[in-house]
Amino acid sequence: MRHELLLTAIALILLVTDIMLKPSQKPRIIPVAMVLFSIHTIAGFFPAQEGILFGGMFRATPLISMMKNVLNVGVLIILLQSYTWLMKEENRDKMSEYFILMFSTLIGMYFMISSGDFLMFYLGLETATIPMAALAAYTHHQTKSAEAGVKLILSSALSSGILLFGLSLIYGSTGSIYFSDVALFYGTEPMQVLAFLFFFSGMAFKISLVPFHLWTADVYEGSPINVTSYFSVISKGAASFILVLILYKVFFQLIDVWQEVLYIISILTMVVGNLFALRQKNMKRFLAFSSIAQAGFILLGMIAGSQLGMTSVIYFVLVYIFSNLGAFGVVSAIEAATGKINMNDYDGLYITNPKLSLLMMLAMFSLAGIPPVAGFFGKFFLFTSAASAGYYWLVFIAVLNATISLYYYLMVVKAMFINKTETPIATFRSDGMTRAGLILAGLGIVVVGFWSQVYEFINSLSVGLLY
Amino acid sequence: MIDYTYTLLIPLIPFVVFLFTGLAGHKMKPMTSGLIGTTGLFAVTILSYLTAIRYFWTDHVEGAGYSSLKAFEIQWLHLTEKLTINLGVLLDPISVMMLVVVSTVSFMVHIYSLGYMKGDTGFARFYAFLSLFTFAMLGLVLATNIFQMYIFWELVGVSSFLLIGFYYEKPSAVAASKKAFIVTRFADLGFLIGILMLSFMTDTFDFQTLVSPTGPAMAQAGGAAFLGLSGITWALIFVFMGGAGKSAMFPLHIWLPDAMEGPTPVSALIHAATMVVAGVYLVARLFPVYSMVAPDALHVVAWVGGISSLFAAIIACTQTDIKRVLAYSTMSQIGYMMLALGVSGYGGHDGLGFMAGNFHLFTHAMFKALLFLGAGAIIHAVHSNDMRDMGGLRKYLPITHITFLIACLTIAGLPPLSGFFSKDEILVAAFHSNMPLFIIEFAVAGLTAFYMFRLYYSIFWGKDTHYHHTPHEAPATMTIPLLILAFGAVFSGFLPFHELVTSDGLPFEAHIEYAVAIPSVLIGILGIVIATLMYRKVSTSPAKLANGFGSFYTWAYHKFYMDEVYLFMTKKVIFNYISRPVAWFDRHIVDGFMNLIAHVIERSAYLIKGFQSGRIQQYGYVFVSGTIVLVIIFVYLW
Repeated sequence: MRHELLLTAIALILLVTDIMLKPSQKPRIIPVAMVLFSIHTIAGFFPAQEGILFGGMFRATPLISMMKNVLNVGVLIILLQSYTWLMKEENRDKMSEYFILMFSTLIGMYFMISSGDFLMFYLGLETATIPMAALAAYTHHQTKSAEAGVKLILSSALSSGILLFGLSLIYGSTGSIYFSDVALFYGTEPMQVLAFLFFFSGMAFKISLVPFHLWTADVYEGSPINVTSYFSVISKGAASFILVLILYKVFFQLIDVWQEVLYIISILTMVVGNLFALRQKNMKRFLAFSSIAQAGFILLGMIAGSQLGMTSVIYFVLVYIFSNLGAFGVVSAIEAATGKINMNDYDGLYITNPKLSLLMMLAMFSLAGIPPVAGFFGKFFLFTSAASAGYYWLVFIAVLNATISLYYYLMVVKAMFINKTETPIATFRSDGMTRAGLILAGLGIVVVGFWSQVYEFINSLSVGLLY
Repeated sequence: MIDYTYTLLIPLIPFVVFLFTGLAGHKMKPMTSGLIGTTGLFAVTILSYLTAIRYFWTDHVEGAGYSSLKAFEIQWLHLTEKLTINLGVLLDPISVMMLVVVSTVSFMVHIYSLGYMKGDTGFARFYAFLSLFTFAMLGLVLATNIFQMYIFWELVGVSSFLLIGFYYEKPSAVAASKKAFIVTRFADLGFLIGILMLSFMTDTFDFQTLVSPTGPAMAQAGGAAFLGLSGITWALIFVFMGGAGKSAMFPLHIWLPDAMEGPTPVSALIHAATMVVAGVYLVARLFPVYSMVAPDALHVVAWVGGISSLFAAIIACTQTDIKRVLAYSTMSQIGYMMLALGVSGYGGHDGLGFMAGNFHLFTHAMFKALLFLGAGAIIHAVHSNDMRDMGGLRKYLPITHITFLIACLTIAGLPPLSGFFSKDEILVAAFHSNMPLFIIEFAVAGLTAFYMFRLYYSIFWGKDTHYHHTPHEAPATMTIPLLILAFGAVFSGFLPFHELVTSDGLPFEAHIEYAVAIPSVLIGILGIVIATLMYRKVSTSPAKLANGFGSFYTWAYHKFYMDEVYLFMTKKVIFNYISRPVAWFDRHIVDGFMNLIAHVIERSAYLIKGFQSGRIQQYGYVFVSGTIVLVIIFVYLW
């Protein structure tokens, strides 16, 4: 419970502090929030008590703590990268909201990952989603941002409805909502398959798998960029974690079904995500669609149903957090400094901002999976786990898709390093916080790839997790 | 267990220096980056010597054998439960010996280059590359497993490529660097195939496991046969192919003479003393496997070595570019080492060849680096590579002259210089196991003495050439390394290699076998005498002799047309009959297919754009339809 309690306390402290601060003093909330959250992130790495609370509704294991820590690191980087944007005039009055909303969704994700029954799971899910709609509409004076908030809340209402329908069918067929009981009584009767599919559709919405992904493009584009990176990285990571846990723990009797479902959906997701990303000229939309394709790769790890699968998913999410936040960080820094957001604005960036370009290149290489950066190993382990379960064709299709994705990731690199232009983005220097966020992401991309202990450690936590 | 973890620093120091001088070199004065590199190498040399002294003497228990130990190891990539790729530091007699060789020669070259490369525009770049090479070579030497070795193997290949092509404005240097890279890369393909076969059969990359007498490799002795050789024999022949490429063994030697386009210190370091012996080191590393389960592969090694050494020695007699003479001499001497390993048995006095091969590797590194650095000093003085432009230089370059003479006497195998001991052991080993090879090597010993003294007299004696400006002795930064290496060339023969570096780690008794030693010294002296008569003064006898050999001389002068054979094979045969059809297929079928795919993708991306309409009702519609389709498939159809 340490993660949850600590973060709730931080959110409350911020709320109270915000009330006491005069309007002119509002920016002081930023260092307070940053320091508190950094402490929280570090504290998360200390071993926590294992066990079960509330009669099995809440579970804590080292693996689950690890998942939460992975999310924390990502959130920390996002907070650092948001600094410039938060300090803008129009955001000054409500900057504490940004932190409080973000922390609330994070608390929801904690509960979701730790849940031991479907009620807790659902509560966590909604706690994570509703403040997110407020975050999407954070700059509500902009039509697009408001539109994003509304679209998110409407479509998530639909998905929650279907998810809940599935959960009630599960309860109806097994008489319990506890994971352990459901797992015992679950079989392959049509109603149970139906219930599972409804549940899966709801989760697929969260991870934005095709064809449940249509909301992402508009919401990602409309939201402020740091919120977009939060959606595409943290929210997606958390949903993948709980999906893999539930698939492995609760629905393992149904493994033949969900392997087929994942098979179809992952191919669809990779292909469609890639096809959309190919055509994007706006960096934000581009990253949003490429992140849909990345979600398809995550399914590849899940499909194995093995320890290797679990490890590869967590490892990939970790790598993905660093790589995607590296890319988002650069885009956000450039947008904050110049307001430019299109791919051809990046022409000749290397001449004027070599360090940013290098980081962007690293991030692109990592997302595309080029050795030796971390992204290569992330994909490598995902493919290994799918191949070890015998899904050679799926791996083949995934490799083809990885090749297609290489094309558009390299387009960005080409723009920065090769394309010539008369008017490149002028040299600028971001503030210290943003730079720290960028450096952290860049370090992650390199270190997580080379330092194999990270993988080994995750692997050791995944032992004995199945069944 | 004695702690050797600090040996990790030995490869890491040059790596850090490389990163530093490579990234920040252009901001410093050139000499600063040179000094940083040299200081780093000095530290590496100290650590290497310390390790050698501790490993061979102070930490060594009297009477016990030398075992191999892992000073450090981490797992890098987890492939299967059994098969992992690790990175680490392995210490055993040959790796510790190589540490000394690599660090000594590299350190000398670093000092020497401070003078030799002075004023060159790429000075900082040169030092960055030198550090990169040293890092890669040390990583190769200390590899705990064959995959790590392969990684660093490629890295030395890259740094060799960079350094051969150092003068990238010169088309010949660029061509030479490409040639070196492509030829060795081609050989490395064999190495990779060998590694994959080995790991497939034994489930391990680890050297300690591979060479262990009870390990999985030894169980493969029978194995499935292909063309009369067992699987593991084929694997080891493929591995040797990589070694032969890097060590410039016939017929993969064609890159080495051209590699002399690089700066001379580079030739001394990479193409004489360290990288080119990597192939020998590789065979020595896997020697127990070769010896116990694949004697046929060992025969291949022996014969390739023997033929290369004869072949190269004959060509060396006809060349006039002093660096090319030395290059062919290097190839010939490496042939000796390969042959020594190839004729060796395992354990005790049977392992004489193993010891002799490594011994010769050690002494050769000293005297060949000395020869190359001496050649560098000469080129520095007269600005030419061609011996026909030289003569009478002994008056102008006294220190270079003396050290060069010492090196020539050493390579000719005169006692008590180091070359005598190591070459003699090789001849003894060949004498006891393979008479035809012994006869070849015996002849090569004479040829070696002849061509080395032909070189020596043409440079330092002979005609009194008139130079544009008076040649002057090189600065101290260049002569001091010459003196130090000369010291090594003279005295390293007294190192008790038969106690230190043996095939099974146990010492054995070695003594000079006069029946072999006396004739080999005599033929060396005979070679020197002939060379003295022909080249000490200007005379017509060389031309007469050349005419006497007739077309054979022309053949040798043109390096037996090996380059032409390769060109014919690639340009006429492979390009016309393999590449053209493949290119056609690639351009029309493969590209056409790709264009089709690209077109389809483009079209479908355009088509599905309609889904992304922005209308939330439609999103909901698609969402629900997706769920329903899944339900239909899995509840009703499946």
